[in-house]
Amino acid sequence: MWWARLLNQIAAIHGTGTPAVTNSYESIATVTIGTAQSTITFSSIPSTFKHLQVRGILQISGGDTEAKLTLNGDSTSSNYATHQLLGDGSTTYGLATANSGFIKTGITNSTANIFGAMVVDILDYANTSKNKTVRTLTGIDLNGNGNIRLASGFWNSTTATTSLTFTASSGNFNQYSSFALYGIKG
Amino acid sequence: MPAGSTYTPIATTTLGSAQSSVTFSSLGSYTDLKLIMDVLGSGTGYVSLRFNSDTGTNYSLTRVGGNGSTASSNRATSQTSLDLSWSAAYTSSGRLLETVDIMNYGNSTTYKTLLSRAGKADNAVDAIVGLWRSTSAVTSITLLAQSANFASTSTFTLYGIASA
Repeated sequence: MWWARLLNQIAAIHGTGTPAVTNSYESIATVTIGTAQSTITFSSIPSTFKHLQVRGILQISGGDTEAKLTLNGDSTSSNYATHQLLGDGSTTYGLATANSGFIKTGITNSTANIFGAMVVDILDYANTSKNKTVRTLTGIDLNGNGNIRLASGFWNSTTATTSLTFTASSGNFNQYSSFALYGIKG
Repeated sequence: MPAGSTYTPIATTTLGSAQSSVTFSSLGSYTDLKLIMDVLGSGTGYVSLRFNSDTGTNYSLTRVGGNGSTASSNRATSQTSLDLSWSAAYTSSGRLLETVDIMNYGNSTTYKTLLSRAGKADNAVDAIVGLWRSTSAVTSITLLAQSANFASTSTFTLYGIASA
């Protein structure tokens, strides 16, 4: 907020007192699914933050599946890669996916009432000198089945990120799936 | 929707003496909750969680982690509480650090899912997805010391994250 930044500047100029608390984590937009749909997009993302975070719960009609993330509408296969550490309750997997055209994010299922959870960090998203790196923690537990996954994703582009699109890899995002986009100040 | 500031501290508990549990009961109205814990023990133990004081067998988890030499994955079903770490543990001389994301805790439509990260540098690291099979809105969180009490100086902080 402008007034908090102003108070901080005043405190810095005078070199006394406790700086005001700044708000460095802001809600940008939220999409909650009312009618099943296969894709959700956050567009016109301002470049005024340092990082982005998407937090969500998701259920996909296609069963054991996941959400695919693309940036700026780019679906060029060779521009994306994902590396994962995954556990399914008994076995661990180290997986690599290259030339996929997307980054693997939220794991989920279609079991009634159960939604997968995901937290996705898009680091230095507006930088025009770096390719972009995405970090994901996602999982679903079904009381006897499920997966937990830590992943890093790569988008081979130095373009500033202005939109994020999540696509169900099979079927649709079901009602009550929700995606919330936040900006983190640097 | 307009942007809004969020990630609001709700409450912090720093223990002055050993305790077997910590409860947060005024959660406010947010989209998600985030717990950050820095836990020392009176012995070796770990943190478990209950929502709304529910002691039924309604909790389950899937975990992946490593102990410095081996990666492994485990599952627990129909538990009476939800363990927030598996291999990573607090001790009387070593602190366990944990962050827990409790997603969409206030809705009364879906079961509740959480994501936990726990680590102790000389011990192990865990990532856990946990499920509470209840559509009730979460109104309280109880953190239970398992195997050994939480020791003095342990800190538990709860934040609220509100979406636009």
